[in-house]
Amino acid sequence: MSEIVFKAVTKTFRLPKGGDFLAIDTTDLRIEEKEFVAIVGPSGCGKTTLMRMAAGLEFPSTGTVEVGGKTVRGPGPERAVVFQQFALMPWKTVRENIGFGLMCKGTPKAEADAAIARYVELMGLAGHEDSFPHQLSGGMQQRVAIARAYVMQPAALLMDEPFGALDAQTRIVMQEELVRLARRNPRTVIFITHAVDEAIYLADRVVVMGRKPGRIIETIDIRPLREEGGWEAMPIEEVMDQPAFTHMRSRIWKLLKAREQEKPAA
Amino acid sequence: MANRNFLGPSGVVLGKGEFWALTLAGFSLFFGTWALVAWAGWLPANLLPSPLAVWDTLVRLWQQPFAGHVYADHLLASIQRFLMGWALAVGIGIPLGLLMGWYRILDEIVTPLFDSIRFVAPLAWVPLAALWFGTGIGGPLLIIFVGSFAPCVISAYRGARLVEPRLVEAAQTMGASGRQVMQHVLVPGAMPSIISGLRVSAGLGWQSLVGSELIVVGAGLGYLMVQGQGNLATNIVIAGMIGIGIVGFAIDVVLRGIEAWFKRRWGQA
Repeated sequence: MSEIVFKAVTKTFRLPKGGDFLAIDTTDLRIEEKEFVAIVGPSGCGKTTLMRMAAGLEFPSTGTVEVGGKTVRGPGPERAVVFQQFALMPWKTVRENIGFGLMCKGTPKAEADAAIARYVELMGLAGHEDSFPHQLSGGMQQRVAIARAYVMQPAALLMDEPFGALDAQTRIVMQEELVRLARRNPRTVIFITHAVDEAIYLADRVVVMGRKPGRIIETIDIRPLREEGGWEAMPIEEVMDQPAFTHMRSRIWKLLKAREQEKPAA
Repeated sequence: MANRNFLGPSGVVLGKGEFWALTLAGFSLFFGTWALVAWAGWLPANLLPSPLAVWDTLVRLWQQPFAGHVYADHLLASIQRFLMGWALAVGIGIPLGLLMGWYRILDEIVTPLFDSIRFVAPLAWVPLAALWFGTGIGGPLLIIFVGSFAPCVISAYRGARLVEPRLVEAAQTMGASGRQVMQHVLVPGAMPSIISGLRVSAGLGWQSLVGSELIVVGAGLGYLMVQGQGNLATNIVIAGMIGIGIVGFAIDVVLRGIEAWFKRRWGQA
C-alpha cells in the first residue's frame, strides 16, 4: 500500500520581518497506489513544498500527510526523491551513488551489485559506472539520480522538476525514458513541473495549482485522452501534436492564466 | 614574439621553459646581489658571510656536530617536533571546526572565545610555555599547536558550512542514519576546505617552530641558530634559516600535491 494522502494540509512560513505568510491554503489530495500525478503551477504556488512534505523534508503547519496509511514524520528510503539539481555526491562514482541507499540499508553486496547493474543497464549508463558525476553531462547525471531512486524499490517516487535543468533535447529524451521506466516499473509518483506539456505527457492526472495563497485549482484526469488517442504507441513529438493534447494544453494554460489575472483585481 | 598581456590575473600563461627560466633568474638575482655585497666588503664578513662561506658551513655542519649534533639530526629533531605539534592541532582543530559547523550552539559558545585568542601570536606564547613546561617537550608542542590550530578550526568550520544542504537531504531520503550522513556527506563535503586548511596550518606551524625552539635545550634548527648567535657565527645562523626555508617549502609542495589530487577527484579542478 503506497497511496499518498494530503489531509487538510496548510503551510505557513514565518517571515523574517515578523508576521506569517500562508504558502499553502487548506489542501486535500489523494494519490492512488501506482498513480502518476503531475503538479503544475507558477513558481511560489507551493508545489515543491507539497512534494517535500510527502518526502518528510518539511512538515505541514496543520493537517497531515500519509503515505501507505502512515503519517510522514521524516525522510525515509520508501519515499525516494529526485531533485532538480541532481544532488549526486561528487566524491562518489556513479556506481557508489546509485548504491548509496542500498549500502545504508545494509543490503548484501552481491544483491546490491546485481540491483545496481540492472538500473545502470535500464538507464543507459553502462560504461559510466566508475565515472564521477562531474565527468557526466546534466542528462546523464539525472539518469544516475533516477536510477538511484528506482534501485531502492520505493513505494513512492517524488520528483521535483527533475528535467528543469536540462536542455530541450535532453529533456524530451528523458521524458520518453521516464514513461518507459514508469510503465515497466509502476510506482506512486508525484512529479513537480512548471512545464504543462511535460505534465500532460507523463501523468495519469494533472493537478493545477495557483498561488497567493498556494492551492489546488483543478485536477484533470489524462488517462481517457491517452487511451482514446493511443498515445502509448506514439513517439513524444507525435503525442504533443495530437489535437486532444494541444486542446488540453490550452485548457490548463487558461486555468493558470485566469488565476494570475484575477489577482490584481482582488 | 606575439603580443601578450602581462597584466592581470588572466594575463600571460607561461610555458614550462619560461617558468623555469624566470625562477632561475629570481634566484640568480638574489644570490648574485648577496655575493656582490659580501664581496665588496660593505659589511664585515662576520655579519654578512658570502653565499659560498655559508655553503661551506652547511657542509661542515653536515659532517661535524655543532651544538651537540650534526645538521641532519637538528633537522630531524625539528621535523619531529613540528609533526607532533601539528598532528595535535589537526587532531583537535579539525573535529572541533566540523562540530562547530554542524551544531549552531557550539558555534555560539566557541567562536567569540576563539576569535579573541587566535590573535595572540604564537611567539607571544613562548614565556607562558616556558613557565608551564620548562625545557620539556611540552613547550614547543604548545607553541606549534597555537600556531597551526586556528587555520585547522576555521577551514573545517567553513567546509562544514559549505556542504550543500540538498546532499544531506538526499542522503536522508535514501535512509542514511546520522552517522552515515556524517561519514558519507558532511566529512567528504568539507574535505576540500579541510585540505587547504591543512596546508595553511602546516605553514604557520612550521613558522612557529623557531620560536618554540628558543626555549628548548637539546636539538633543532632553532636551537642551532640560537647557539650560532651566541657564538657570533652568522654563517651558522643563515645555514639554519636555509634549512627552515627548504623544509617549509617541501612541506608545502607535498600538501599542495595532495590538495591538487583531491580537487581532481572531487571535480573542482
